[in-house]
Amino acid sequence: MTVSLSKLDLPHRFVDDDRGNGLFRVHRQAFVDPTILEKEKELIFNRCWLYLGHSSELKQPNDFLTRNVGGRELIFNRNRTGDYQVLHNVCPHRGAQVVREASGNAMAFQCFYHGWAFNNNGRFATRMQPGNYPENFGKKGCQDLVAVAKLANYRDFWFVNFDAGAISLDDYLADAKAFIDVVADHGSQGMEIIDQSQKYSIKANWKLLVENSVDGYHAHTTHSTYIEYLADAIGGSPVLPTGDGVVYAYDLQNGHAVIQGPAPWGRPVAQWIPAWGEQGKKDIDVIYNELKQRVGAARAEQIALRNRNMNIFPNLVINDIMAITVRTFFPVSPSEMDVEAWALGAKDEGAIFRKRRLDNFLEFLGPGGFATPDDVEALESVQKGYSNYQAAPWNDISKGMLKDAPAGDDEEQMRCFWREWSRRIEGETMGGAQ
Amino acid sequence: MSPLRPRADYEDFLYHEAALLDAWQLEQWLGLFAEGARYEVPTAGNNEQANSDHDLFYIADDWFRLKHRVARLMKKSGHSEYPRSNGLRLISNVRVLGQDDNGDTRVTSAFITYRSINDQTQNYFGHHHYRLIEVDGALRIRYKRSCLAMSSLRAQGRISIIV
Repeated sequence: MTVSLSKLDLPHRFVDDDRGNGLFRVHRQAFVDPTILEKEKELIFNRCWLYLGHSSELKQPNDFLTRNVGGRELIFNRNRTGDYQVLHNVCPHRGAQVVREASGNAMAFQCFYHGWAFNNNGRFATRMQPGNYPENFGKKGCQDLVAVAKLANYRDFWFVNFDAGAISLDDYLADAKAFIDVVADHGSQGMEIIDQSQKYSIKANWKLLVENSVDGYHAHTTHSTYIEYLADAIGGSPVLPTGDGVVYAYDLQNGHAVIQGPAPWGRPVAQWIPAWGEQGKKDIDVIYNELKQRVGAARAEQIALRNRNMNIFPNLVINDIMAITVRTFFPVSPSEMDVEAWALGAKDEGAIFRKRRLDNFLEFLGPGGFATPDDVEALESVQKGYSNYQAAPWNDISKGMLKDAPAGDDEEQMRCFWREWSRRIEGETMGGAQ
Repeated sequence: MSPLRPRADYEDFLYHEAALLDAWQLEQWLGLFAEGARYEVPTAGNNEQANSDHDLFYIADDWFRLKHRVARLMKKSGHSEYPRSNGLRLISNVRVLGQDDNGDTRVTSAFITYRSINDQTQNYFGHHHYRLIEVDGALRIRYKRSCLAMSSLRAQGRISIIV
């Protein structure tokens, strides 16, 4: 299966968006074909805005961290005056990674291979023995570390774009900005990434995690053990709200989408559960009241009492559920992805609620949680199933397609992703759809 | 406070624990813990300095959640471990570090845990840190932390077993 796309005489498009009949199908070859992955790298990961990191991860001037984003090794840092910037982590001399630590604080970077040095704006700053290089060597920028084509942030979420001609982040995020605002407004002093991230992998195509992260349909079956745990943890039988009139899906344009609805669990900002006791109830009232004064009653209710599972195209998930997880992932091959996930919390959160937030996170999320490992199992099982794609070629993603207001356990939020994927990979014309 | 036992007692206890986990006898494994015990696994590469009050871990179970972890792993609907993986736990470098003022005996070991399923094998390695007490003459775990001497879970994907 290494034939190039142009040589494939496909009898179909990969996305079959049949709006008239309310049927939406995705061809399983899109999850297994290396040619598709190459197209995705070229047309999606090299063109879209990709999540890089959060402002709170670089607290002081001269702080830096290194991160792989969209398949590139990057340095995300602040200079002496505190400006945020991003550099390709490759020495202009012979190509070694200039910074090899995960994070730190440095006024300058020096490559360990031949000792070339740079200030933390990436400018060449190496004293050379005279006679080896022309006199103006390093003065024209050719020996500087290369900045990433575009860097921008929205509400402390930093994104990079490797395409100098890309539209602005503001335009790209479109209606997703309103929901990033909801997450960013939890704390009166802003939000912060909590120390330590979870780096793991899933032996499945990256698009499966996109779908799974906003999938309200699978909760009762895949996560029955979590729901049984939750019943005991909160006392009583939890109503997992997913359906019509309760949880809604919103198309946020450009492939972004969110589902939003009530929460059956405690939320540090700010929904009380009996397990938190009388003092916890008073504390939640204080948090909720501060929120109401700061953002108004309607907005406070949305922040405090509603869950949100949000995809930002192509590979950022911000799930504001029992805790807030920020999760990004990148394909290693058609059948494997690397995942990195963080917990986000309010900067001014007290110690007891920070602990509750982390407990909430670990109960459900991450490679040791009560739910994520079962999601991973499902995704890996799906990927294996796709080995039969020639005999059984289509995924069905039609649920709720004929509804005026699709619910959280419908699949409109996934169709939003696939329509944008199709537009970028297959072109504007939707086969037989419009 | 009970006096320190011969080191063979601690080694036997750890080998017994590993055997129960290898055999998926998780309820019996839970029986090795004292009421109210905790069990923690920090993110890969982190050690006893990490604090689950303010750092993100993989696992930070209090007694309530630990009991549920075992119950979940024994269910057929615990999909990530059903069908069950095969496993082997090797314990070595057992060190009896002495007693704290509150009577906890601190014991550490080095471990390698293999998990095999669907023709694939992952390995986990690091150090177990125990605080042990005696309850009715028997050793019991009051606190256990498994520190992974790895840089991430990229190769393993998940930590759905008790390592």
